[in-house]
Amino acid sequence: MSIAVRQVTKRFANGFVAVDNVSLAIASGSLTALLGPSGSGKSTLLRVIAGLETPDEGDVSILGEDVTGVPPQKRGVGFVFQHYAAFKHLTVRDNIAFGLVIRKRPKAEVRARVDELLGLVQLDGFADRYPAQLSGGQRQRMALARALAVEPKVLLLDEPFGALDARVRKELRAWLRRLHDQVHVTTVLVTHDQEEAMDVADRVTVMNDGRIEQSGKPRDLYEHPANEFVMSFVGPVNRLGEAWIRPHDLELRLEPNGTTSEAMVERIVHLGFEVRVELVLDDGRLVSAQVTRSEVEELELLEGQILYVRPSRTTVFSGTAMPQGRP
Amino acid sequence: MPARAGRSRRAGGLVLGLSTAYLTLIVLIPIAAVVASSFEGGLSAFWDEVTSPSAVAALELTFVASLLVVLVNAVTGTLIAWVLVRDDFRGKSVVNAIIDLPFALPTVVAGLTLLAVYGPKSPLGVDVAYSRAAIVVALLFVTLPFVVRAVQPVLLELDREMEEAAASLGSRPVTTFRRIILPNLLPAILSGAALSFGKAVGEFGSVVLISGNIPFDTEVASVHIFKSIEGDNPAGAAAVSVVLLVLSFAVLAVADVLERRSRRHDA
Repeated sequence: MSIAVRQVTKRFANGFVAVDNVSLAIASGSLTALLGPSGSGKSTLLRVIAGLETPDEGDVSILGEDVTGVPPQKRGVGFVFQHYAAFKHLTVRDNIAFGLVIRKRPKAEVRARVDELLGLVQLDGFADRYPAQLSGGQRQRMALARALAVEPKVLLLDEPFGALDARVRKELRAWLRRLHDQVHVTTVLVTHDQEEAMDVADRVTVMNDGRIEQSGKPRDLYEHPANEFVMSFVGPVNRLGEAWIRPHDLELRLEPNGTTSEAMVERIVHLGFEVRVELVLDDGRLVSAQVTRSEVEELELLEGQILYVRPSRTTVFSGTAMPQGRP
Repeated sequence: MPARAGRSRRAGGLVLGLSTAYLTLIVLIPIAAVVASSFEGGLSAFWDEVTSPSAVAALELTFVASLLVVLVNAVTGTLIAWVLVRDDFRGKSVVNAIIDLPFALPTVVAGLTLLAVYGPKSPLGVDVAYSRAAIVVALLFVTLPFVVRAVQPVLLELDREMEEAAASLGSRPVTTFRRIILPNLLPAILSGAALSFGKAVGEFGSVVLISGNIPFDTEVASVHIFKSIEGDNPAGAAAVSVVLLVLSFAVLAVADVLERRSRRHDA
């Protein structure tokens, strides 16, 4: 295990328990996402791992070494912040070189290493610019190169794409994934965006109210959520009584067949290849179905039309027990 | 649209005209008058006044004392601002309010107070009255707020994550202060220092009581000017005034250049 967190609790001065008795193990070379809503404790947990926060209870070890009492500058972690934390009085080159310069590495070595990193983060022509002259995405890539320069044992990313617009986010996400496959440094990424977590991470840990709800591969979380929170957080979901139904597990038919319920098409939202059909059931409840464009054309769907729907797969949670999938 | 643009341009012109007229009346004309009267007797008379031994001594004392005060202020002012922004302690808001006291207090009252505390009847047993040290103490008192008030807002706005990033990169707190925090505070320190220099060079009220005004020893330039007027030598007073004026202006200009250079990265 590259990072081991054991029974960590962090309370803030106002009494708020940000992290509540959390244990977590992160495998070497993996890219793990800590996913959760704001206030779920995911950023605090990351800062505890980095040494930027001191836990009230529990301990943290990195590569088998207990670092609970070790200050951040001696932990060998690379940390990337949501708002870049660029050294704004230094050029891109000097930002990236910072960790090497304070270690008094030879000038030629620093220069070569920075050049290599500039290439890695695709900022070759930008060495002499100041952070204020870069776009958000470029600044974040600079921050990543700065963190990688000192060859950290683990790389911690705190909502790294949170301040960027949607298109740049997606690009950087794909780029980060490729970078991780190249560099192989154990990486923990904090995000509130389930799509981002599912997209880049090998493993996802879902947090809520300072606790871990579930850890697993993205697909496992989606298909076998441990509880209602995970079910609703990792993707859109309809709830009908005790049953939880993903929008793509709702079948639309023109004729009733005994197991279907009547519904009226309220709105048809075209999202490219996918189409979201918002429906009102005969008892007034709202559900949404996810279908493909060709299905919409086949059914000749129109707003205001009466349809018959049937869930093809439902999930029912009984207390805290494992979910039961019904085909 | 063109009509509105025209009107706003006319309004802008009016504001610019009014400000220029005001500045001319309040600042430029008096300065021009001083410069003119200093040259009434011609260039050589001006030179004679400025290079008279007592004038040189007064100017030298003023310049050296002000420089010393500025250096002390740059350090202590930054320190006080740091404590006020980064530390939490009881009575912080009181301390914060006290910083402005030297601005609010009439300077002659400040002089009187300093004389009572650091004079011959000092309750602390510290008597620096009528010495050069007294001048420095008085100038430190009246210039205290400049650097503090210049640095404080910049420090408040400083991105704390820069320090955390530096720490995670292996930087010890001292290194972080020297390499990350200080360069970001430098423009503010410089502008506060320049303003306190300007104030120190021309200070009269707080110095006149405690310095003793001994020619060639503790007589500062402003007191020298005052004495020249009293001794019916307005040309001499004006000449020394012009030197002070040039000195202050030069310091402001240099500080401005330095400040711009250290700000060049804030595109």
